[in-house]
Amino acid sequence: MLLTVKHTTRYVFDGKVTHGLQRLRLKPKSTHGQEVVDWRMELTGARQEAAYDDQHFNHVDLVSIVPGVPEVVVTCEGTVRTIDNNGITGPHTGLMPLWCFLRPTPLTRPGAKVRQMLASIEADRSDVLGFLHVLSGRIAEQVEYVSGTTDAHTTAEQALAAGKGVCQDHAHIFIAAGRLMDVPMRYVGGYLRMDGGDEQEAGHGWAEAHIPGLGWVGFDVSNAICPDERYIRVATGCDYGEAAPVTGIAIGAGETRLDVHLSVGENKVGAQQQQSASGGQQQVQGG
Amino acid sequence: MLGRAANGVFWMSRYLERAENTARLIDVGFHLALTRGNRQSQDEEWKSVLTTTGLLDDYCSKHVDFHGTQVFNYLLRDRDNPGSVLNMVENARTNARVVRTSLTNAVWETTNEGWMHLRDLLARPVRETSLGEVLTQIRRTGTLVRGAIEGTMLRNEVFNFSRIGTFIERADNTARILDVKYYVLLPSAAWVGSSLDNVQWDTLLRSVAGNRAYSWLNAGSMDPRGIARFLILDGQFPRSLIFSYEKIRSNMAGLAKEYGHEVPSHELLRNAGARLHQITIEEIFEGGLHEFLQDFIGKTIEIAGSIAADYRFSE
Amino acid sequence: MSAETGTNFDEMLNADGSVRPAYAEFRQWFDSQDKGWLRRQDAEAERFFRRIGITFNVYGDDAAEERLIPFDMIPRIITAREWRKLTRGIEQRVRALNAFLQDLYHRQEIIRSGRLPIEALRNNEAFLSQMIGFTPPGGVYTHIVGIDLVRTGPDDFMVLEDNARTPSGVSYMLENRETMMAMFPELFTKIPVRPVSDYPRRLARSLQACAPPAFKGEGGSRPVVAVLTPGIFNSAYFEHAFLADQMGAELVEGNDLRVVDGRVCMRTTTGYKAIDVIYRRVDDDYLDPLSFNPNSQLGIAGIFDVYRSGGITIANAPGTGIADDKAIYSYMPEIVQFYTGEKPILQNVPTWRCSEADSLGYVLDNLADLVVKEVHGSGGYGMLIGPTSSKKEIADFEVKLRAKPSNYIAQPTLSLSTVPIFQKEGLAPRHVDLRPFVLVSPDGIDITPGGLTRVALKKGSLVVNSSQGGGTKDSWVLDE
Repeated sequence: MLLTVKHTTRYVFDGKVTHGLQRLRLKPKSTHGQEVVDWRMELTGARQEAAYDDQHFNHVDLVSIVPGVPEVVVTCEGTVRTIDNNGITGPHTGLMPLWCFLRPTPLTRPGAKVRQMLASIEADRSDVLGFLHVLSGRIAEQVEYVSGTTDAHTTAEQALAAGKGVCQDHAHIFIAAGRLMDVPMRYVGGYLRMDGGDEQEAGHGWAEAHIPGLGWVGFDVSNAICPDERYIRVATGCDYGEAAPVTGIAIGAGETRLDVHLSVGENKVGAQQQQSASGGQQQVQGG
Repeated sequence: MLGRAANGVFWMSRYLERAENTARLIDVGFHLALTRGNRQSQDEEWKSVLTTTGLLDDYCSKHVDFHGTQVFNYLLRDRDNPGSVLNMVENARTNARVVRTSLTNAVWETTNEGWMHLRDLLARPVRETSLGEVLTQIRRTGTLVRGAIEGTMLRNEVFNFSRIGTFIERADNTARILDVKYYVLLPSAAWVGSSLDNVQWDTLLRSVAGNRAYSWLNAGSMDPRGIARFLILDGQFPRSLIFSYEKIRSNMAGLAKEYGHEVPSHELLRNAGARLHQITIEEIFEGGLHEFLQDFIGKTIEIAGSIAADYRFSE
Repeated sequence: MSAETGTNFDEMLNADGSVRPAYAEFRQWFDSQDKGWLRRQDAEAERFFRRIGITFNVYGDDAAEERLIPFDMIPRIITAREWRKLTRGIEQRVRALNAFLQDLYHRQEIIRSGRLPIEALRNNEAFLSQMIGFTPPGGVYTHIVGIDLVRTGPDDFMVLEDNARTPSGVSYMLENRETMMAMFPELFTKIPVRPVSDYPRRLARSLQACAPPAFKGEGGSRPVVAVLTPGIFNSAYFEHAFLADQMGAELVEGNDLRVVDGRVCMRTTTGYKAIDVIYRRVDDDYLDPLSFNPNSQLGIAGIFDVYRSGGITIANAPGTGIADDKAIYSYMPEIVQFYTGEKPILQNVPTWRCSEADSLGYVLDNLADLVVKEVHGSGGYGMLIGPTSSKKEIADFEVKLRAKPSNYIAQPTLSLSTVPIFQKEGLAPRHVDLRPFVLVSPDGIDITPGGLTRVALKKGSLVVNSSQGGGTKDSWVLDE
């Protein structure tokens, strides 16, 4: 599938920013199952300071906010060719040792709730893949998809206790529980083309588990499926914090308003765009 | 040099200068109180010292009367008093630690030793009998540090920021002292030849260490206009407003030369300095001495703020 | 002279009371001096230190409280032969430490080979995954290392601890020598002592040799070095200022710095100026609020991004703490062997890892004879010295140990060597250790002759930490 992405993030500041930095992980890479055909990023009100690949091989841009600007706009536009691999991203590459994906992180440190939920699942634990599917279903059941009740700092344990959350919380709970079973787990941030139009509410997040023989396998708990060709992987990390699209500081910003505009369209080569045939596909939700 | 370091040497010098001026005010208050028979006028003198240092309100929130020992202990060593000599010398020393690498060993050591000595002297309440020793030590610390700066520091930006701090503070202090007592210089209030006025004038001159210099220049005769001219416009007297501004100007010129360009503060200072050079004492009295001093104090604060901004003292 | 019973190695005296060759000339000089004059010199030394402001702040005390580390005027003397051997051992160990760090943050061959269990890293916060895949400029991780050595016999030096984060104390090494030379100049004309005073210059040169890719050296300029301090309330502030001053480097705080044009720059009176190498005396966790502790006021937002993209050198590199972790320490013999292919020249102190059931059992049975340390602790806090502890202290400690065994290691109580200190009544032996300072750059490993000798001033005490009442001595390495 050829997907075209246009992702605009706009920060509007109430105050006068005297010094501000943003760390952006917004550039997808060509990996197993996806090929970045073209990609560009445009900055308004900010300028590039540094660029590098981090420990997860994510492309990172550090940009500074031009002092005094009323707003910063980051626009990413590009085309990515994807294939459906049944959620399998393949063997582990890079220098991050697999055991690093077993370490609990601040957002995924399991507490009593996560342990309890995990213990209550009656399924064959020797079939890791099968068990993770059951786990995924259980989390979706226990944690209702409700936006606005959690934020970027909500931990897996908190979201599970509240019984409400978004895709990021689903992923964190899944990661926390998976690591308790000694399965290396990681967070994936990216895009999902949802059925029913190009316009998306927000970027998406899901999880990947490392399963012997298969390598990394994706699980989208919120949508109860393994990622397919509608998913674009942008960044991975041990939790959301390491894969966040934007983190930063802005001194003097005061109240900051955030507007995100995201469209993920299907680019049918050589044909005029049609309403997508939703066939047997499930309804999915982003966020 | 770092903006923070410039800020550090600037304030180190300001605090030392202010500590020294406070010591002098206490000295004068003490002398006056000795010459006053009744308790009430003694208290008035001490109250006036507190007014000059701008600490009257703070003091009154803690104490109900103006007994001399209580006042000078408050001014010298009260930890709650941000303007106490002990706190200021400590601030100066803390700033010196912050900018340790910009100072010569001699400057650091004299500042550190001065602080150690005063901390010991001021560890217990000061009695009238030991007041003299304490005040001498405070003045000596200021003198030694200035001497060390003069004798050992390169004539570079560090030196210039330090001197600018000293003379901004001195200009401000002299103007404040004058402003609190300006009424004793007004012609309408003058009882010519009255011994009370002579004492008041003498006090004023003593407060800025100018009594002997003034007497020497004027062969012992005192008149309010002459005193005002001396304190404001006499370019020879090292605590006059014009002298302080002249020093600020020359040190600011040093910075412009070293950095190769001027900053907005230079223009501000030029305008304020030109006014001091043009005005006569008659014009000052015509426009109102108090108004003149208030305007001068405001200008000095503005210049200090502008220097801090131009040279990036803080973010 | 009071003699201590026991089997401690006395560095000055032979068992029969005769003076060892290393101290022969010094002792001769000492015995010929007027004792009253020596006492006056001793008092003078303290005044000297106070005046120049060599103090340290003790955590937990009133921040304004500045203490002086007591200085003892009897030097600790090491012969040329002893030093030669030590140098070889230290160099080997420091080479291994850097190779180990390079490996840990890349392919982790040592784990793949099974020489180091994953558990040693897995729950270890000193291991910074952010460093994975990144090679610091010049390939140097630990630009400055302090190796803590103890001596138990004529030829027995052992490593007690490696300090690979931000070892402190070098200013005392330098000031102690200055003081000795000022007090007893004639000693240095009689005895050939190797100088230490060029340490700051070597440090500057060593740091400059690790300039980042962004440094272009236009017009023959040299890399700009700055010392990053947490500020005047830090216990080692004096040292930070001292080193900056001696190196001719700026002493900066986090709020002096920001990222400008892809570089870390300091705010000067005339604008922002780029720094090439930052010698930071701020812990990893506080270095960059964007990358580590978000509440840090001491660091610089974005410095880590600039670092990874080649805009600055951070010394020591973030993540080096893993190499001086006490849990890792117990594997140092294997680590040295693995990376150098040689047998370790310097021995470790035998160490029981309480995380291992067998070791824990042994430690619990022998608490009264052992020294038990917290794995991540420093400064002599949170440790148990069995032989000098009361029954109750041991029992209390046992509760803590049983609750979290993996948090502790145990070592035998060593019979540390002694060197005399000067007292009113004469000389008295006290336990010492030695921290030599090592500089690492692409040009090689540079060890300053001697280092800092810390001495337990209390009779019989084995704790030499300055925060626990220890003092320091000038340390002499005799020239050939």
